[in-house]
Amino acid sequence: MPTITMAQALNTALRDALTADENVVVFGEDVGALGGVFRVTDGLTSDFGEDRCFDTPLAESGIVGFAVGMAMAGFRPVVEMQFDAFAYPAFEQIVSHVAKIRNRTKGALSVPIVIRVPFAGGIGGVEHHCDSSEAYYAQTPGLKVVAPSTVSDAYTLLREAIDDPDPVIFLEPKRLYFSRADVELGAGPPIGKAAVRRQGRDATIVAYGPSASVALETAEAAAAEGRDLEVIDLRSIVPFDDETVMASVRKTGRCIVVQEAQGFAGVGAEVAARVQERCFHYLHAPVLRVSGFDIPYPPPKLERFHLPSVDRVLDSVERLQWNDTADTRWAVPV
Amino acid sequence: MTLMEPVGAPQYQKFLPADHAVQYLDTAGELTESEARYPRPSDDRLVEMYRNMFLGRRFDQQATALTKQGRLAVYPSARGQDACQIAGAMCLRPTDWMFPTYRDSMALMARGIDQVELLGMLAGEWHCGYDPARYRSAPQCTPLATQLLHAAGVAYGENRKGRDTIALAFCGDGATSEGDFHEALNFAGVFKAPVIFLVQNNGFAISVPIAKQSAAPSLAHKGVGYGIGSEQVDGNDPVAMLAVMDEAARFVRAGNGPVIVEAQTYRIDAHTNADDPTRYRDAGEVEKWLGRDPLARLEKYLREKGLFDDDAAAALAAEAEASASALREGMNAERPADPTDLFRYVFAEPTPQLREQQAQVEAELAAESEEH
Ligand SMILES: Cc1ncc(C[n+]2csc(CCOP(=O)(O)OP(=O)(O)O)c2C)c(N)n1
Repeated sequence: MPTITMAQALNTALRDALTADENVVVFGEDVGALGGVFRVTDGLTSDFGEDRCFDTPLAESGIVGFAVGMAMAGFRPVVEMQFDAFAYPAFEQIVSHVAKIRNRTKGALSVPIVIRVPFAGGIGGVEHHCDSSEAYYAQTPGLKVVAPSTVSDAYTLLREAIDDPDPVIFLEPKRLYFSRADVELGAGPPIGKAAVRRQGRDATIVAYGPSASVALETAEAAAAEGRDLEVIDLRSIVPFDDETVMASVRKTGRCIVVQEAQGFAGVGAEVAARVQERCFHYLHAPVLRVSGFDIPYPPPKLERFHLPSVDRVLDSVERLQWNDTADTRWAVPV
Repeated sequence: MTLMEPVGAPQYQKFLPADHAVQYLDTAGELTESEARYPRPSDDRLVEMYRNMFLGRRFDQQATALTKQGRLAVYPSARGQDACQIAGAMCLRPTDWMFPTYRDSMALMARGIDQVELLGMLAGEWHCGYDPARYRSAPQCTPLATQLLHAAGVAYGENRKGRDTIALAFCGDGATSEGDFHEALNFAGVFKAPVIFLVQNNGFAISVPIAKQSAAPSLAHKGVGYGIGSEQVDGNDPVAMLAVMDEAARFVRAGNGPVIVEAQTYRIDAHTNADDPTRYRDAGEVEKWLGRDPLARLEKYLREKGLFDDDAAAALAAEAEASASALREGMNAERPADPTDLFRYVFAEPTPQLREQQAQVEAELAAESEEH
């Protein structure tokens, strides 16, 4: 069976974008001869030339700031941040300039840049290689934030992100780079649309990126115990697809959000608040969150305790007030 | 020529890079003709240097082997950079501060840190396995160039407290492109912080060669623009490395402000075990640098001066083997990690939320052990 990895799907998306539009340029650290540390840019320099895919000096602020200028000159830069935590030196450029230039100039200028960030953990990496930084970006108005969880979405979302008139933070779940699927690349919903990955009646699990597969596995395990769970993969954190999420929760009446990032003030909190605001009268139970703990990402030998596991999500499912009685209905789960 | 004369004597001009790197021994280990810019280290110090380098090399080999066996999550080898690492460690007093990167394990070993503790981070046990305060050695830094500012700050702070402590910060050639590198040099210069920035220019930042990293005549020259002392040195010449680092330490300790030293060396092994160097460099280049091996160079010199012989070599080899086997044993021993540690060190006092989360993990563990 001809299968393709997520890294290869991303590579194909870059190739197709480079072919489709001569303004597309790819640059960053080690994206040239090496093809990126995850090989997402493999072969681009040799196939498209140094003008289209090139190594830069080792400076993230420099890479993103340079991209701002190139975008002002009419290019569509796709830049790679080598790992999540190494994008922080570029934070100033991202939040102060990339995100705001359209707003500051009343639309006279825009910078359609894609910032690719390998993110999240589960790969046994040493510190600074496993951060989940989506909430920082999602908190910054002016940035679109997307995270594929399937091989097919990796392709579609990246093509869309490159064509998007606005800057996009493109979060690539590291632990899925080498996951495989046998798919036709090209079809798929656009940025801003969530996907219903599994239909179900009893409760909705909302997840994204690396947690989407945890949600699906949980749904399969729960089915064995007679619970029929619906799984929604956000795909796009900003813009947020209220429509798909709310339709599902109104149908099921119960909702759990799963994310790998620390829970406090995270994307899951936002989802829970929106569901509460829009579906209050449909809910049989409070919206629950299953997330990483509120700790710096742990060393490899301890990461399994931190990452939301299928068991942990299943425990949460059990706390969704299935025996609806007056006195337990709104009890805060411990 | 600038319009304004500098205020006071420009001290940094005493420590300015020539157009070539400082060298004492040529690649064959013979004394070079070139004029020595700094005093040559004593014989005893050179013997000590060789011993440290030899033990460091063995440690590096052992750690590389442990990575292949899956005992370490990752290991960035410093083989080839032995002289830079050891000279860096040897120019410091125990009270001075060292700011290492992920690659500077040999330097930390020469600082007297237990090898198993030292490898705690790379073994995936905790983010820093040794006690940084006790060894005056910061945790090995992964985000590039960020530690350079810490070094400037601690050097300045110690100095303000009236102590003659200095700081040594390591970084690579790639890291010199980061904004923090430039801010660190500038801060250290402005505040006259007694800090040595030791740039190990090993030719590559992962796959990117130095020619694509910087257009400067040398990385040492970057000191000039910040008004700080600078020097370039043959990083594979142990005598030159020690001479320059000793002098740099004297210079900054004497209150002349910071110094940047560029050691020109080469990374013999891959960036880390996860890297594939065949994609970006050819074997001939590695071959050439193997011929400049710092250990061989110093050994030849010491033997010719009658400071080292077969007996000493045998004794040292035995010591290195014993040390490597202790390391193997240490790393193979079970060191169970405690998941409640996850919550213990986030704040001085865990928040109520962290206590709850800790209780959750404890309950999960209890349930697990009941099942078994
Ligand atoms: C801020 C930041 N960006 C990117 C990385 C990823 N990274 C780790 S090592 C490395 C290359 C560093 O090269 P250099 O400074 O020359 O040191 P060397 O590893 O060669 O000793 C890169 C890009 C990082 N650790 N930190």
